[in-house]
Amino acid sequence: MSKADVVASLHDVGLSHDGGAHFVLRHVSLTLERGEFVALLGPSGVGKSTLLRVLMGLMHPTEGQTGGSACVADAGAHATRRSRAMVFQDARLLPWRSVLRNVMFGLEGLHLSKSEKIARAQEALRLVGLEDAQDRLPRRLSGGQRQRVGVARALTVDPDLLLMDEPFGALDPITRTSLQEELQRIWQQTHKTVLFVTHDIEEALRLATRVVVLAGGPPAGITGEIVLDMPHRNPDTPAFRTYAARLRAMIAGEPDPGGEAYWRSAEI
Amino acid sequence: MSVKLSGPARLGLGLAGLVLFFGVWEAAVQSGLLPSGMVPAPSSLGPAWLDEVRGGFWQQAILDSLNHYLLGLLIGSVLGAGLGILCGMLGLLDSLLEGVVRLLRPVPGLAWVPFAILWFGLSTAGATFVIAISVFWINFYAAHSAVRGVDPELYELASAFGHGSFVGRLVKIVLPASAPGIMAGLRTGLGQGWMSVVAAELFGVPGIGARMMQASSLLATDVVVVYMLTMAMLYAITDFLFGFVRKWVLRWQP
Repeated sequence: MSKADVVASLHDVGLSHDGGAHFVLRHVSLTLERGEFVALLGPSGVGKSTLLRVLMGLMHPTEGQTGGSACVADAGAHATRRSRAMVFQDARLLPWRSVLRNVMFGLEGLHLSKSEKIARAQEALRLVGLEDAQDRLPRRLSGGQRQRVGVARALTVDPDLLLMDEPFGALDPITRTSLQEELQRIWQQTHKTVLFVTHDIEEALRLATRVVVLAGGPPAGITGEIVLDMPHRNPDTPAFRTYAARLRAMIAGEPDPGGEAYWRSAEI
Repeated sequence: MSVKLSGPARLGLGLAGLVLFFGVWEAAVQSGLLPSGMVPAPSSLGPAWLDEVRGGFWQQAILDSLNHYLLGLLIGSVLGAGLGILCGMLGLLDSLLEGVVRLLRPVPGLAWVPFAILWFGLSTAGATFVIAISVFWINFYAAHSAVRGVDPELYELASAFGHGSFVGRLVKIVLPASAPGIMAGLRTGLGQGWMSVVAAELFGVPGIGARMMQASSLLATDVVVVYMLTMAMLYAITDFLFGFVRKWVLRWQP
């Protein structure tokens, strides 16, 4: 692995909200390589979103370092893209802007003409299937549509690293599944490096090429990871269930049951 | 009991209420229930108004007052909303000015009249100053609380998409997000401004307020009422016109 292929990395990162008296996260090391789709899995409130904000540059780690090609400041006044972009759990659209202008939010300030910005935003809207909704206001959209706009807004800045903070957590199961499939298709088309935060084991297994488990604590740390080798993401297959059992053990802080997990749990 | 009425029905009832109000008033004066020396009859207002118009006093008073009003409103609104926005965004400035604000806020616009005379004399500037001060505080507090009420998650959004600088946050988030509150402050200031026109002109700067004082010293109560109604009309017009501005600025709201 050459150095250029490291999009983002954390080295022994610790984070404390009170200047070091209590740590939320500690000794977290993680490397994201180009083109990976990594799911950061862990129980609610463990600090997954905090870790995402450290990678986004919105929070500074109390100890340790961040690195990688995406974790540097955007390149000057002539940049036409941003190194990182984020999709929030609550879509977080600006209610006074139309769908198109919401998508253009991250393009403003980049070295692009107005028509280039519009063209890029429209292209991103096409990618999420909302090209016909560009003039609508966010309050006229469904929850799923709003989240698609949030994804388009992040994609349109052409980031090296796409950070997603439980983006489908607030959606109903049917909408969630269809958005998961769409994200999978978009990822295959764009080859973006993605870090996807979730507390849903099945979601992690459906989407990721690698699952990293953040659990325990406080301070929480990475308790295990699995590189997924699974051509068909079907929850009814033994492979899928074996992975799920291993991830459950990692979240609970138990030893990795390995490939035997599914068969053992089937006996019980 | 609350009855739901259609728009035209409400308008009709409102007009009927006005007719009833003036009718009872006229009858009370005609019957001698109200002494005509103290209260002018509504029927005497028309001729009094025509006299003022023929003499050119009415038009001139409106022009003079409009001049004070618009200038005072502009200065007070821009400075008040501007400082309110800055204090809402910058905690340091907010804390620094908190004591000063608490000290000066309760001083009514009228109390500044002696200083207005001292600093500006009996001039347009003096009247403008008094109006601007009374409008200032309304806009300051409206903008301040509107900015403080901006969802902090929107600041995080701005930082994530390259608009984390002060100017970026101001332009992309704060101004549009707090526009409803700021517009509400401007609208309240619009009314408060007309109220302080009288105070600002009481000490002799020509305008509607000064004309009212002259008339009252001559016991010309009908002329006083003519100017009271004139001011009500001017307020109604400015509020109506501002409604269009507000609607355009906040066109994204339901």
